[in-house]
Formats: sequence, C-alpha cells, structure tokens
Amino acid sequence: MGRFVLKRSLFSLVSLFGLLVLVFFLSRLTGDPAALYLPVDAPQSVRDAFREARGLNAPLISQFGDFLVNLAQFDFGDSLRRQRPAFDVVMEAFPWTLGLAGLTMVLVLSGAVVLGALAAIKVGGVFDRISSVISLTAASAPDFWLALMAIFIFAVGLGWVPTSGTGTPWHWILPVAVLFVRPFGLVLQVVRSSMIGALSSAYVKTARAKGVKQRAITFVHALRNAMLPVITVAGDQAAGLLNGAVVVESVFGFPGVGKLMIDSILQRDFTVVLAAIMVTSLAIFTMNLLIDLAYALLDPRIRY
Amino acid sequence: MTQTGINGAPAKSSRKLPTWLGLLLADKFATAAVIFLSLVLVAALIGPALLDEVAGKVAFRSRNLAPFQLDHGVLMILGSDSLGRPILARIIVAAQNTMMIAGFTVVAASCIGATLGLIAGYSRKFLSDAILRLADVIMSFPSLLLAVIVLYMLEPAVGNLVIVLAITRIPVYLRTTRAEVLEIRERMFVQAAKVMGASSWRIAFVHILPMVLPTLLTIATLDFAFVMLAESSLSFLGIGIQPPEITWGLMVAQGRPYMNQAWWLSFWPGLFIVLTAMSLNLISNWLRIVLDPTQRWRLEQRRETDHG
Repeated sequence: MGRFVLKRSLFSLVSLFGLLVLVFFLSRLTGDPAALYLPVDAPQSVRDAFREARGLNAPLISQFGDFLVNLAQFDFGDSLRRQRPAFDVVMEAFPWTLGLAGLTMVLVLSGAVVLGALAAIKVGGVFDRISSVISLTAASAPDFWLALMAIFIFAVGLGWVPTSGTGTPWHWILPVAVLFVRPFGLVLQVVRSSMIGALSSAYVKTARAKGVKQRAITFVHALRNAMLPVITVAGDQAAGLLNGAVVVESVFGFPGVGKLMIDSILQRDFTVVLAAIMVTSLAIFTMNLLIDLAYALLDPRIRY
Repeated sequence: MTQTGINGAPAKSSRKLPTWLGLLLADKFATAAVIFLSLVLVAALIGPALLDEVAGKVAFRSRNLAPFQLDHGVLMILGSDSLGRPILARIIVAAQNTMMIAGFTVVAASCIGATLGLIAGYSRKFLSDAILRLADVIMSFPSLLLAVIVLYMLEPAVGNLVIVLAITRIPVYLRTTRAEVLEIRERMFVQAAKVMGASSWRIAFVHILPMVLPTLLTIATLDFAFVMLAESSLSFLGIGIQPPEITWGLMVAQGRPYMNQAWWLSFWPGLFIVLTAMSLNLISNWLRIVLDPTQRWRLEQRRETDHG
C-alpha cells in the first residue's frame, strides 16, 4: 500500500513538472504583459522599467531557473495585476471552487445512485424512461445557456434566488443546479448499466434464493459491487469541476479558481496561472489517489 | 446483403427498403433526429449563400422584435436581435460555422487519434508508453490556455479554432482505439495474418482498423455534439469565433446583455444547440445498437411486427 502511494506520487510529480514547464513557456507566447498593463503611449523607458521590476527582461531560461528555485520554497512570485503573492490569490479562490465541486458531486452521487438503481430494477419501466430522458438532455444542454435561462426564469422572472454573487446560501442554488446537470446525466447512465450487470450476477440470484428482500438486494448486495465504475466516472467529473467550472463561475460571478484562471490568462498574469494550475493539479491528484484507495476498500479482491 | 430474422428464418426479400433504412425507421426517435440533422446540414450548406445578406442587414426600427409575429415576414418569426436582424436567418447562416468547426474537428481528431492509437496498441512498449504519456499531458493541459495561446499567435479564425479543439479531443480517440486494438490483436485472424507474413503496418491498418471503425463511428457522433458544446463555450467566453463571423454559441453570448428585455436573443440559438446535440446523441445510440449484432435483433424484431 505505502509503496503504491509512493510510486503513484512520483509518477504524478513527473507529469506535473512536465505540465508546469509546458505552461511556463507556452503562456509567454500569449503576449507581453507590459503592453497590457501600461498605457498605449507609455515611453520605452517606462516599459523597460516595468519589465525589469517584474523580472521579465532576463532571458526566458534564467526566468525559468528562478521560477524553479522559488517553487521549491512554495513561492510563485507576485501576481502582476494584484501586487500580492500569487499563491495567496489562488488559495483565496480555491475554497469556493472546492465547495462548489464538493456540494455538486455529493448531490450528483446521491441522486444518481438512487434513480439509477431504481431504473436498473425494472429495465424499460417508469424510472428507466425518466433516467434515459435525463441522461439525453444532460448530455445535450450547454451549461452557459442553462445558466442564462436559469437566471432569467428563477432570478429575474420569479425572483426566488439572487442573480449572481456570493454571500448567502441562496447564492449557491443556481450555480450548483447548473453544474449538477451534466455529471448527473453521465453518472446516472453508469449507475444504471453497472447495476443491471450486478443484478443479473450469481450472488444476487443466491441472495434472492435465500429470500432476501428486493430492497436489501439492490442497495446492499448489488450496489456495493456496482460502485467501482461509478466512482471512476464520478472522479473524472469531479476533476472537471475542480479544474474550474469556468463558464458557470463567470456567469454567476462566483470568485472560484475557474474564473480566476480565465481572468489571469486573459490578463497575462502568468504567476497566477501557474499557481492555479499547480493547486488544482495537486487537488485532482489527491482525489484520484483517494479513489484508487477506495477501490481496494470496496472490492477486497483489489490489492496494491 | 442476405438477412436472417430472429428465428434464423430468411427475411422476406420482397421488401425493397435497404436494411439500414428499415432499421432506422424502426426507431422513431432516431428517425426524427436524422430528419432534424438533415435540415441543419442543408441550412449549413446553402444557408449562407441564400440568406447572408438578410442576416446581416441592420434595421434599427425593428430591433428586439418579439417572436411569433408574422407582420415583418416569415424570417422574423423568431424575433429580431439588438440590431434588428432576423434571428431565424442568423441561426441558419450560423449553422455553417457551427457545423463546419465541429465537423472538421471530429475528422481531424479521429484520424490523428485513431492512427496514434493503432500505433500505440500495436507497437513495442516504449513507443506505446510515449504516446500514452503524450495523451496524459494533453488531457491535463488547460484547454482554455491552449485556446488563448493558439488564437493569440495565429488569428482567431475558424481553422485555428479547429486546431485547438482537435488537439484537446485526440486523447479520446487514441485511448479508445488502443484499448480495442489490444483486444483484437490477440484474435485468431491477426495471428493468421502474422503467420502469412503480413507486415505490422499491414496488420494494423488493413486487418485491425476495419474492426475498430464501428466503435470510432459511434464515438465520433457523440463527440460531434461534445465539440459543438465546447466550441460554443469558447465563443461564449470570448476566446473562440470573433464577430462578424457567427456561431450559435456566439449568438447566445451576444444576446446575454439583453436578457432582461429580450430573452429570445439567447434562447433560440441555445435551443438549436440543444436540439442538434440531442439528435446526435440519439443517432449515436441508434448506431451503437445497429452496429452491435447482439443487440440489432431488437430493432429487426420491432420492424417485423411494425410491418405485420
């Protein structure tokens, strides 16, 4: 077990490093921050001073060396725009995204497991039809359009919830509801097909022959065994949400990592981009590791 | 093509419908999806030539007209936008860019992805590992940053957006193809080809590729919908297609500031995105059944009962 965790961490460290190198060099291709932050008619001397003060004048390779040295001390440098440590800026945004993704995934998993199991019990029945319609719609609706329509109907039209921003629990309803749709459709599909497989297996027949009640068979015997593929897909979806629900966060003015990321990319705030990628990649890596450990917990046949 | 029914009895040959058409008609939703998608394709092909002028004509007196009124002509039935341009005409014209971007992206990504997947599945460990790591890097690279980099270095044109989207979609095809190849390469006919002295390239592309194609086709249909949604998200965020070019996603974005007065500006193009994506999903479902011999009999059986 310990060896497995160590090996996985090492592998991920290598690919994370590769990712940072790639992002570091490629993001410089998006343009010169001096052109963006200074007035158009700023004289060359001011531009040079601006670049000098932020270490942008050094050769790219030595900039990269400095970046690595500072990274070893967990210092990403200051944000170009906010004049504060980039890491702090990211860590302020991260809890918002974490909360959004966490809440959404909890709702998705509990909803999908119940509905998917009910659909699998009677293929072609009412619940099965409902779940196939939901899966189809969820896979087809663009989230920015859903977000706009939700704001129009529930916030502007009916006035039940605020249009955007944060502050009260009410502010969370629309973003979570819009983010909920796509993962719910996907996870629902996986729960259904995986449950159909589990319900037709030999151990379920045995349990039924012994007179176990249908509810116990579904939710105790079959469900645990059907959870492996479900967790995999749910993990993928959660990673997508952690990577920044960019569209939803921007539409609802939610101060999460996704909004921070797109703003920083557009503002050439390289240090924040790198810090944000680092933090979200670490979060996704930790989650994937936990998922792998959950496999072993759910299925005693899996050993690392 | 001879066809056998569920009982092994030969199907009546008097029926003139081609097999695939019969199988399509047996699934009502798939039929509706194909009809809708054909309409969109026709709009994409001839729409701009026909309606480009009307769609670009600014008329301030008829701005933000409400939908479902015929006083200003049929084209105004879905209302008009903030510059008085008919929304229906604009949706038809925008269909071309929307379909073209998604289409080229899927073709490019599936060709590159499938080729790399074949190589990864049918070559030595080193090359295979290298290709897989490449896929990992692409998957973890933030696609928004990639979009900004490519569109900044090159200009934000249709072709460059295709490059961005295709790069991000390659891993899907690569992984699927590789997984299939790993299974197929152990089968008897591959061993036979190897014994007969066929080269690795020949085995991969002549013997294995045709076996993977049905799966690729199903994924590509599904992916077409996904790419369309991704393109519209990028355009919505302002890092995709730039005006005066239009796509459905951009139309939704352009309608956003007017949400309170004129909901239809954003609603209709979004609805077309939803309907097109839904059609593609339905067709992909149907393809999955038709291309899978163990499931196809369900449709065939339904068809028999339908025709008495």
